Amino acid sequence: MTHRFSICCFLLVVCAFFACDKNSDGPMAPVEAFDREALLTDWADEMIVPSLEAYLTSMGNHHDAQVLFFNSPDATSLGHLRSTWLEAYKSWQRVAMYDIGRAEEMGLRNATNIYPTDTDLIKQNVSTQNYKLALPSNNDAQGFPALDFLYFGLADTDEDLIGILSSPEYQSYSMDLVDRMQLLTTGVLNDWNTSFRDDFIANSGASATASVDKMVNDFLFYYEKFLRAGKIGIPAGVFSGSPLGSTVEAPFSGVHSKELFLASFQAVQDFFEGVGFDGVRREVSLLSYIASTSGQDDTRDLGQEITAQWSKAEEAVSLLSDNFKAQVETDNTLMLNAYDELQKAIILLKVDMMQTLNIQVDYVDADGD
Amino acid sequence: MRFWYHGWIEKLYILPTFHFKYLGFGWVTIPGDWTYALFVVCALSALCVALGLQYRLAIITFFLSFTYIELLDKTTYLNHYYFISVLSFVLIWLPMHCYFSLDAQQSKKISARYVPQWTVDVLKVLIAIVYIYAGLAKINSDWLLRAMPLSIWLPTKFDVPFLGSLMHEPWMHYLFSWGGMLYDLGIVFLLLFKRTRLWGFALVVLFHLMTRVLFPIGMFPYVMIISSLIFFEPSFHRTILEKFRALFLSNNRPEENNTLYSFTTPLQKMARPMITILIILQIIIPWRYLIYPGNIFWTEEGYRFSWRVMLMEKTGYAQFKIVDGKSEKSFYVQNENFLTAFQQKQMSTQPDFILEYAHYLGDHFSSQGHQNVEVYVDSYAAINGRPSQRFVDPAVNLMTVHRGIAHKDFILPLDE
Repeated sequence: MTHRFSICCFLLVVCAFFACDKNSDGPMAPVEAFDREALLTDWADEMIVPSLEAYLTSMGNHHDAQVLFFNSPDATSLGHLRSTWLEAYKSWQRVAMYDIGRAEEMGLRNATNIYPTDTDLIKQNVSTQNYKLALPSNNDAQGFPALDFLYFGLADTDEDLIGILSSPEYQSYSMDLVDRMQLLTTGVLNDWNTSFRDDFIANSGASATASVDKMVNDFLFYYEKFLRAGKIGIPAGVFSGSPLGSTVEAPFSGVHSKELFLASFQAVQDFFEGVGFDGVRREVSLLSYIASTSGQDDTRDLGQEITAQWSKAEEAVSLLSDNFKAQVETDNTLMLNAYDELQKAIILLKVDMMQTLNIQVDYVDADGD
Repeated sequence: MRFWYHGWIEKLYILPTFHFKYLGFGWVTIPGDWTYALFVVCALSALCVALGLQYRLAIITFFLSFTYIELLDKTTYLNHYYFISVLSFVLIWLPMHCYFSLDAQQSKKISARYVPQWTVDVLKVLIAIVYIYAGLAKINSDWLLRAMPLSIWLPTKFDVPFLGSLMHEPWMHYLFSWGGMLYDLGIVFLLLFKRTRLWGFALVVLFHLMTRVLFPIGMFPYVMIISSLIFFEPSFHRTILEKFRALFLSNNRPEENNTLYSFTTPLQKMARPMITILIILQIIIPWRYLIYPGNIFWTEEGYRFSWRVMLMEKTGYAQFKIVDGKSEKSFYVQNENFLTAFQQKQMSTQPDFILEYAHYLGDHFSSQGHQNVEVYVDSYAAINGRPSQRFVDPAVNLMTVHRGIAHKDFILPLDE
């Protein structure tokens, strides 16, 4: 009789234990588990989808500018063409790092911003009029870098450029490029607006294929490869021994590399700090996630260290000229300084942050021991 | 078989252009696509061992093929693979095939009903070594006083049924840490004595199934669960075999030799001394880290082959700079041009990998025409939740450092 009674008591206690609301304020629950679902919801609804929508709108504007230009090519319409191109390019910088889902499948980034662009391939495509933009071999003959060449690099003077660009072959090529970018982006946005958003948020676990893990990996990859190396490191010659001015972003237009960099850098920081597209800072973010983990206490604030390092990087970048190509050719040390400051943040992100969040880099799916 | 299924043979052994080698085993080469054949040989010999068919040949083949696979690349070192190598070496000398095997069925000479006690005890000793050393390794301040690395690993296991919602609680981390340590140290003793054996086995199953659910450790839990059966007495095993025979095989038992297996030939007589030497080595090897200065988690000198299982969370980052001594030009290396993601991960936290890779890079760029190549590394590592620190001295030209067992003084001291 007493035996059964004590077993029942024990089971009751165990059940009560598991039934405890994890958000209770009792002495047994000092640490709350981080809400990954809330984080994913914010990412999807406040950052990714609005940025995609804004980008698609800006591409629409650019398409209209193209139509206007090709109907009546002159200096004014060229100016309008170029300014809408720049606005769309800057809008793209807020979308570039979300290489997940449909965007990843369709290779959106590869079709939009691979540089340096291959000017010979562009000219060849235009003259033969025989090209399939969907082939990976054409990645460096399309996207914004190709448009950069077409709108700024086809000739030395604007007059000559208008003459060449408005020819039927160049017209069809440039409109094809923009059409393709719009088509792909529409596909990505539709996917988000139908099933992918819910799948993305539902996949709120912790594993190599979970949304948070993938997104963080994508974020790091973007920061390291595209922001740090692509926009600053490679042009500064960090990986080649001597500067390579032609590898900057938007080299033909000359003066926009810094603007594009800053737009991208701002997007990176906003993502990390939970600032939505509307400029409002959210409660859940990578920053708050880091703060909630066990390693962070009174002695260390990793999130703050990261944002402080980024401020230093911004300072170093502010010293650069608007024209990165000219910068590396005249005074490369400033470029290298900017690279170093961006690099310091990588350690904090790839080592400290990944460790405290217990996220593995790059889908290493072999056994551990 | 798992490796084939997951595509790991290609990913780990065939695709990488460079492999990290164990000291003294630089001659081991990947046989390209023949690696699949190697795995087939390994699997077939394992099957033969299980059936007890041509046992001696099969176990030797298994030991050689399995160990060769492990020697292919240091990157894939796992304690339980090492355990299988050691175990299969010991099995070469033991009379595993004398009862309930195809060999015994075919040859009366091999068949025997009894084996010397020490042949069974030897296996218990091996398992005891693994557990006890694993337990001893857990007696360190990070594991016991800071509940690290479990405090990093457990909070992301919130999906686990029943316990998931508790995984972020600090007291759970301490419970698991201390529990793990006590389990490792005590389980062999529970298994040794008849009174506690069943409880011990229940604990074994519980512990290993839990670790299987929580961590990606492959076959390790099953290997340990099955091998702990060795602690049960002969009558237990005989009962299982009889039930198996009744269920799956025809019930006509071959005539059994009611003898004790004896080691007769000179080669067989080498069994005892060989195994004794092996056990002595197994006991000594884990202590070699004491020869080296510095924190073993940081320098990793003497870390492998000592049953330090799932003991630390270490993340690293290593960027290599190549300097052409003649022209004084320098550039950084993009590691993904040379190493897979998995190799990069292992390399960035282990100094012997860093050194080996540095030499590889130096040789590579020399062959490309650069002169007086110097290799420096900008490397950081974080361990068990500490802030990241510089790992290797960035001023040391790694091309001047030789690989070997000497202490690596290019490792910067850990700031605890």
